[in-house]
Amino acid sequence: MKHIKTVVTPKLNNSAQNTGCGECRSSCQSACKTSCTVGNQVCEQKTEVLIKTHK
Amino acid sequence: MVHSFKNNGYYYLYDVESGNLFNVDKACFDVFNGEESNYSQKEVDEIKAEINELTQNGLLNAKNENNFSGEKSLTIKSVCLHISHDCNLRCKYCFADEGAYHGKRENMPFNVALKAIDFLIENSKNLKNLEVDFFGGEPLINFDVLKKTVEYAKEKADLAGKNIKFTTTTNGILLSKEVSDYLNQTMDNVVLSLDGRKKVHDYARPTANGKGSFDIILDKFKYFRSIRGNNSYFIRGTFTHDNTDFCEDVLFMADNFDQVSVEPVVLPDSHKMALKNEDLPVLFEQYEKLAKKYVDRRKNKESWFSFFHYNVDLLNGPCLKKRVMGCGAGCSYIAVTPDGKIYPCHQFAGEKDYCLGNVFNGVLDNRLRQLFSKSNMFTKDACANCWARYHCSGGCSANALHFNGDIDKPYELACQLIKKRLECALFVYDREHNLPQN
Repeated sequence: MKHIKTVVTPKLNNSAQNTGCGECRSSCQSACKTSCTVGNQVCEQKTEVLIKTHK
Repeated sequence: MVHSFKNNGYYYLYDVESGNLFNVDKACFDVFNGEESNYSQKEVDEIKAEINELTQNGLLNAKNENNFSGEKSLTIKSVCLHISHDCNLRCKYCFADEGAYHGKRENMPFNVALKAIDFLIENSKNLKNLEVDFFGGEPLINFDVLKKTVEYAKEKADLAGKNIKFTTTTNGILLSKEVSDYLNQTMDNVVLSLDGRKKVHDYARPTANGKGSFDIILDKFKYFRSIRGNNSYFIRGTFTHDNTDFCEDVLFMADNFDQVSVEPVVLPDSHKMALKNEDLPVLFEQYEKLAKKYVDRRKNKESWFSFFHYNVDLLNGPCLKKRVMGCGAGCSYIAVTPDGKIYPCHQFAGEKDYCLGNVFNGVLDNRLRQLFSKSNMFTKDACANCWARYHCSGGCSANALHFNGDIDKPYELACQLIKKRLECALFVYDREHNLPQN
């Protein structure tokens, strides 16, 4: 495309990614304790995959 | 829904439901926003064709295919342990009444901490990863109980097949080398409170006798950083109406530390340090300036740092259900005060109307928990047309209640700041990931 460059397509609305396992950190507790920063968190399942892959 | 925005001279389209991000040229940005007069019909048609192609492929104006309208889980995962309701600082903006939470100054006895750990493990059902946060007041005032609690919690967690992640938040006054070494070995995360430049920090965070605390803590924090390696920690600050030029404070902190989080203060409008609507243009400018400097500094290993609010991993972020349900206060997250009382979160500690129960009888007020359990992004009218909703999930419940008297009415000033921060985070993501494309 000439006018548009794709930066990233996480496709949040793809149901396959939405397990809601509850294992990720509490949003407030994750760092700052003042604001709700859910979007700054990382999925616990993906974290484990990344760590295992790295190892 | 698509959000278009400019940041540091770049133009973007952000698709709300999918989280897809596109870097566009100015012509596309203008045409998307109905400003076509400066462009030839051929160019306008070309741009519209590109936008249509993305829409047809479900990459723009994506539909919400899920509807998590259910209630939040009541399985407890995280405990904020108020190990001390006493403090050796008298921070002028302290939401916790300078450590006492509108009650008496006291430390948590070990038997209360022990019961809180038991309560957490017993009510965590099948969850494996649990969290205990030592909070205050100043947690290191009650360091012996903190250590005994960690030891006890580890034993109990091992027996139950759980993994407890510990965090301590400290103002640094009592952070000796021995304490630093202990926290480094036992804590999954350590939050060190520093507000930035000496004049800013000393003004906001005096000791009990009115003197500045900057010179007492800085070298202690530097020592902790020197031993921390790659493990998690944050230098964490607060900015107020009195230092709206907070970009300078973040950069000062980044000169000495590489994991930085700086938050806007939350205070009643009547407080002289409270942020005001008229501060917003300056704050927006500061966030944008910081984003540009952030990208520049991260190009060099020597000046690289992480700023919590700009650290948004668009591909590996939380699932949609988490984004809809948001904060777990009162549901998966609770706070326990030194007397053993349980509150929805640390922001509610000491508020009688929001006491959920206590760790001794282990019974929680189900009616009150339902209030929190039923609240999510879809129950908040202000979020219905907000492009940032999948990132803040409707914001902080405590702020909503304290400012608007309703858990489902978000605190508007925080919304404005979150949206600006997120635009900056998307700019940063683009600048660090934008690769040449055909």
